[in-house]
Amino acid sequence: MLAQHLFNGLMLGVIYALVATGFTLFFGVMDVIKFSHGDVVMLGAFTALATYAAASGAGITHPALLLAFMLAAALGVMALLGALMARVLVLPLRGAPAINVLLITLMAGTAIRESVRLFYPQGSNPKPFPRLLPEGAFEAGGFTLRYDSLILLGLGLAAIAATGLLLERTRLGLAIRAVAQDPETAAVMGIPFRATVLATFALGSALAALAGVVNGLYYSEVNFGVGLLLGAIGFSSAVVGGLGSVWGAVLGAMVFAALQTAGALVVPGGSAYRDVFAFGAVIALMTWRPAGLLAERSAERV
Amino acid sequence: MPVAAWPALAAVAIGAGLAAALLLVHHKAAVLAVLAVGAALLVVAQRTRAGERAAASAAAHPRLVPVAVAACGLGLVMLLREDNFALLMLCTVALQTLAALGLHLQFGYAGVANFAGAAFLGVGAYTAAVLGGHLPSVLVLVTGAGLAALAGLLLALPLLRTRGHYAALITIAFGLLLRTFLEVNDTLGGPQGLKVPGFTLGGLAFNDAIVFDEDTEWSFYVPYAVLALALLGATHVLVRRLERSWIGLALDAVRVDETAAAAFGVNGGAWKIAAFCVGNALCGLAGALLAMVTGFVAPPSFAFGDSLVLVSIVILGGIGNPLGLLPAAFLVVVLPEKLQGLQEYRFLLFAVLVILVLRLRPGGLLPRRLRRWPGLP
Repeated sequence: MLAQHLFNGLMLGVIYALVATGFTLFFGVMDVIKFSHGDVVMLGAFTALATYAAASGAGITHPALLLAFMLAAALGVMALLGALMARVLVLPLRGAPAINVLLITLMAGTAIRESVRLFYPQGSNPKPFPRLLPEGAFEAGGFTLRYDSLILLGLGLAAIAATGLLLERTRLGLAIRAVAQDPETAAVMGIPFRATVLATFALGSALAALAGVVNGLYYSEVNFGVGLLLGAIGFSSAVVGGLGSVWGAVLGAMVFAALQTAGALVVPGGSAYRDVFAFGAVIALMTWRPAGLLAERSAERV
Repeated sequence: MPVAAWPALAAVAIGAGLAAALLLVHHKAAVLAVLAVGAALLVVAQRTRAGERAAASAAAHPRLVPVAVAACGLGLVMLLREDNFALLMLCTVALQTLAALGLHLQFGYAGVANFAGAAFLGVGAYTAAVLGGHLPSVLVLVTGAGLAALAGLLLALPLLRTRGHYAALITIAFGLLLRTFLEVNDTLGGPQGLKVPGFTLGGLAFNDAIVFDEDTEWSFYVPYAVLALALLGATHVLVRRLERSWIGLALDAVRVDETAAAAFGVNGGAWKIAAFCVGNALCGLAGALLAMVTGFVAPPSFAFGDSLVLVSIVILGGIGNPLGLLPAAFLVVVLPEKLQGLQEYRFLLFAVLVILVLRLRPGGLLPRRLRRWPGLP
């Protein structure tokens, strides 16, 4: 029983971590919260769904090939959209109050959500997501391990590890970290500010698309409203972990997933109250550690 | 030289005229024409400095102008006295503006962004649903406001300890939490919601139509509209007084630079929490009366999207300028109802509208003026 809950919690944690990593990356380079991120997750899942419909319409039936197409389309389109949103909504508001950026991206997220609801064929209904991964499960006692979940878990962990490597071992990663630390000094060192920001937003949005596809494959369903909750959870995770730190985001995501799982187990009334419990716990955590668990150490100069 | 009263009175009359026209016309083309006239007047007022003259004249006649506004409001209600739908919209506009005034107090003055406005509206509304019929209606309204303030007080400590984005998360999390709670809690009706008894005052049940004789019958929304407008007017005067007092000055100081304010002995935390509580109380009050007007509450009315609509009203109206809230609420509430077919698209429309305002006119439609002290040049 416990192993089952642990595994389910870990799976949720990986999905949340993919979303939270985007939040923390954006905050790192631009000191902004891009609240449309959750809706980019949702749009990534719908892009994959549309690609699936198009590809299977074109006669492709091999599941691995289909999945590859879906991932390529979702990640590619969302990366472009992320860079576009950075270019149109975030960069021009540099120097404006932080709340304006938060608002403009909240509204952009609403626009994405409503557009999918209104303009995707029957977008307001939940959509079945194709099952493309091998079925079957490994059973031991009361513990069921679905192969598809295992693959998704591996995929998510690999993506997070790859992002970590990218940030720590490549020139792009170095540029991103430099801009995050001090944009002006980075510019003096010859690091192009705008290009780095656009690349960061593309990277974060591609991770969001991956989260959307993984989420869709895991639940075998997507609906247009899923982004709001996933965005809020990803944001909470990034904040709980401490904005600006990738490992903080992963830690925060695991904490949130653990809270949800524990909430479903412990609170009377069962799983219905798990989000109430988890968000309540987040508010309490924020009160205890106002700058997150792994906070950037900083002092305010007056 | 004494400043003439007519520019202010003309501005009030034009505003009331536009409101009446927007509420009365039904045809799509006519609605768009009214909007075009309004937009043109706004541009003209800016180009010819007529707006400044009206503001100066309003400042010079602090007693006359509120009376004129009240008369126009009553006149509007009388004009619409048999039109149920228009009066319902008028009530909704007045009460959304009342809630937006609360948010304005929090965000425009104290700088505390509240992304859970609809949740506090919901606290008031559910209070009205549960207590209505057991307590006198006036007490129900007061309790709704009080409970909303109390719910907000739960967030006081987290809000004080966090800043910026971290503080935004607190209210967002609270809004999501409350809505989920309402949805899964069976004693509060679950997803189906609850019925709300109407307002009664000294034997007068507001939910009965007012019948004079066979031919003359006023809509039962008339007393509600009068009450909503009266509450809005009183609150507006209060907020305006607050802004001009030392309290407003303290709030401004805390918003602009909390550290500097603290150096001058202004207790930033206390003022932020006070503004947060009073603002939430206004949301709760509006929610309680709105629930009585519509006779029904359900969780979907208090979703995150509705909180964002309230924030849009504050942003569209001009951050820090309570006068801008009323036209903004008019646009946000009445427009989707009038342009049938647009109802479906309203969240998309507001989202795009707010994005455009933030990009093109970051101060809002009617931005706040700089503080001016009487007697200074």
